[in-house]
Amino acid sequence: MPQLIRGKALCVGDNIDTDRIYPSRYIELTSDAAMAEHALEGIEASLPSRLASYGILVAGRNFGCGSSREHAPRSLKAAGIRLILAISFARIFYRNAINLGLPAIAIESQMEVHEEDDLVVDIAQGLITNLTRDSQHVCEAITGFPADVLASGGLVKHLHGTVMNTYEL
Amino acid sequence: MRAFSATFGLSSFQTFRLNLFIEFIWKPDRLRRLTLYYGKNSRQDIPWHACLKALSPYRLEISLLIQEKISLHALESILARHSDRKSVSAGDLITINVDIAGVNDLYVQVIDEFKRMGGKKVWDPRKVVFFFDHYSPPSTIQASANQQTMRKFCFEQGIDKLYDIHSGVCHRVLFDHGHVCPGSTIVITDSHTTTHGAFGAFSTGVGATDMAAILLTGKMWVKVPEVVRVALEGSPLRMISAKDLILHVLGKIRADGAVYKAIEFTGPATYNLSLEQRAVLANMSVEMGAKAAFIEKSAAEAWETHGAHAPQDPPYHRTSEGYTYAESFSFNVSELSPQIALPGSVDNVVDVADVAGVPIDQAYVGGCTGGSVEDMAATARQLSGRTVAPRVRLVVSPASRAVYLQALREGYIESIVQSGGTIINPGCGPCLGVHQGILSSGEVCISAASRNFPGRMGSPEAQIYLASPATAAASAVAGEITLPREISCPS
Repeated sequence: MPQLIRGKALCVGDNIDTDRIYPSRYIELTSDAAMAEHALEGIEASLPSRLASYGILVAGRNFGCGSSREHAPRSLKAAGIRLILAISFARIFYRNAINLGLPAIAIESQMEVHEEDDLVVDIAQGLITNLTRDSQHVCEAITGFPADVLASGGLVKHLHGTVMNTYEL
Repeated sequence: MRAFSATFGLSSFQTFRLNLFIEFIWKPDRLRRLTLYYGKNSRQDIPWHACLKALSPYRLEISLLIQEKISLHALESILARHSDRKSVSAGDLITINVDIAGVNDLYVQVIDEFKRMGGKKVWDPRKVVFFFDHYSPPSTIQASANQQTMRKFCFEQGIDKLYDIHSGVCHRVLFDHGHVCPGSTIVITDSHTTTHGAFGAFSTGVGATDMAAILLTGKMWVKVPEVVRVALEGSPLRMISAKDLILHVLGKIRADGAVYKAIEFTGPATYNLSLEQRAVLANMSVEMGAKAAFIEKSAAEAWETHGAHAPQDPPYHRTSEGYTYAESFSFNVSELSPQIALPGSVDNVVDVADVAGVPIDQAYVGGCTGGSVEDMAATARQLSGRTVAPRVRLVVSPASRAVYLQALREGYIESIVQSGGTIINPGCGPCLGVHQGILSSGEVCISAASRNFPGRMGSPEAQIYLASPATAAASAVAGEITLPREISCPS
């Protein structure tokens, strides 16, 4: 997991639920490539194909509320989103994102960011640099257990490195 | 090795507590072995370190513990017990042992991730439960293939608790089959797992990768939540159901009002509800972002019914005096009229009277939070002697097989069918728009389920109102949103 993530910002609003991130009718799909075609389709049908050109998703409050479907962060990651910034996250969505190796960081509510702004985020230090607006903002730094999981590239690989040595299988 | 241990404690002040523990551990057989070993020698011959060694079975331990916070919430007691700690407090990152790990049929990824982690055997097949409730029965080849993979996995792993398509929604199925034990930890791949807080368990939802790790290790990391107390005061009108109460609370606390926290429901209006109605409160706590829910009175009741299965020592269903809640809310619901959430968000709640007259295309009563026996009864009573309006569909899904059978015996199903309702198999189908009642563009649905996000039940251009089963059924008869009719019925 690189410490610096750079990308164009895609802005969405408050209380974006998992049905809008990944509509229920596609839950039966199992491959990342198939899921990527429907990421954020519930907000706008043309979004999935455009996600790769953004890279950083910036959301309001309670991002990912609703269902526990892991397809939501999985589809975002598969579609090319490399970092999610939000004022706050719904609990299960946050866990799922970190477990999949997709960093999710809480930002301050008054941070000014506009669609297509060029951002560089230092996820370990908790610093957002807005190159378009020439401004800097402090955000939450990822430390502790979530940082370890991200460093391993997700919970699957993390467990391979640690728990698998401890637990007899 | 037999051990004798005595603990003397000095306690207890209101918020600060000073404990003096003297632990005296006597291990007789170890002492005997040492005596035998040194028995042939005279005392002088034994070197000093051997004397110390001989004395070591008598271990005198004096520990002085000053604990700032002694009061534990019932949920904290459960978490402490499951993480082998004396106590935990809000914010602690702990690893808990999971008593029940549940997987539903949306989550074939659990099996993929489990295998990618290198998993060969689940940690304890007796504690793993599979539910086929979201696609019951499957309506696509892919969904059917996913269930097939899961059936095969259960067979290979020796998991015998596989509740197939006839069983119903996971939360109700667990309850019906007596798997929910107060004081236990329940984790299911479903956000509405908060339901089991109404029966005294710590229960929460997770995604596929978290569940795969649980199947591998039996453990899960969790941050101990702060607890928000919601007191429902007063005595509501007869036509008010748990759904009206929780919609009212949702409208006040809002969809992100309890993110990462646990919600405890108290007060007479909570306690006067039946157990299955209290489960509605706990179920929809997740719509406020809650990690878990809790209702102390039902925990105590469940404790009594479970008897032998419940842990006997410390009463884990009780919150100790002096516990400080993160926030406390109190709502007087005596004057409350039936509530309804407007399309798009669960927390945009108004009185049903405010939107009365809005034409509807479909009404849905069913699922984990609207498919109980009482919900079937309320629906049947509203329909009794009347018929569903022309061009309106009423879709009804009992929460489980047990509910279905009871509703059949009581005549509720017959009454619903007579009135023109459509009964579908127990399960989650219409609530999340995967089958059996999908809405098309521009349609309006009044639903007694838990969510009304855009696109939740099908087309993103459909509109979903959330209300009680009685309001939904009455609206189906009227063809437009309307207040349930007042009916005198046995309480």
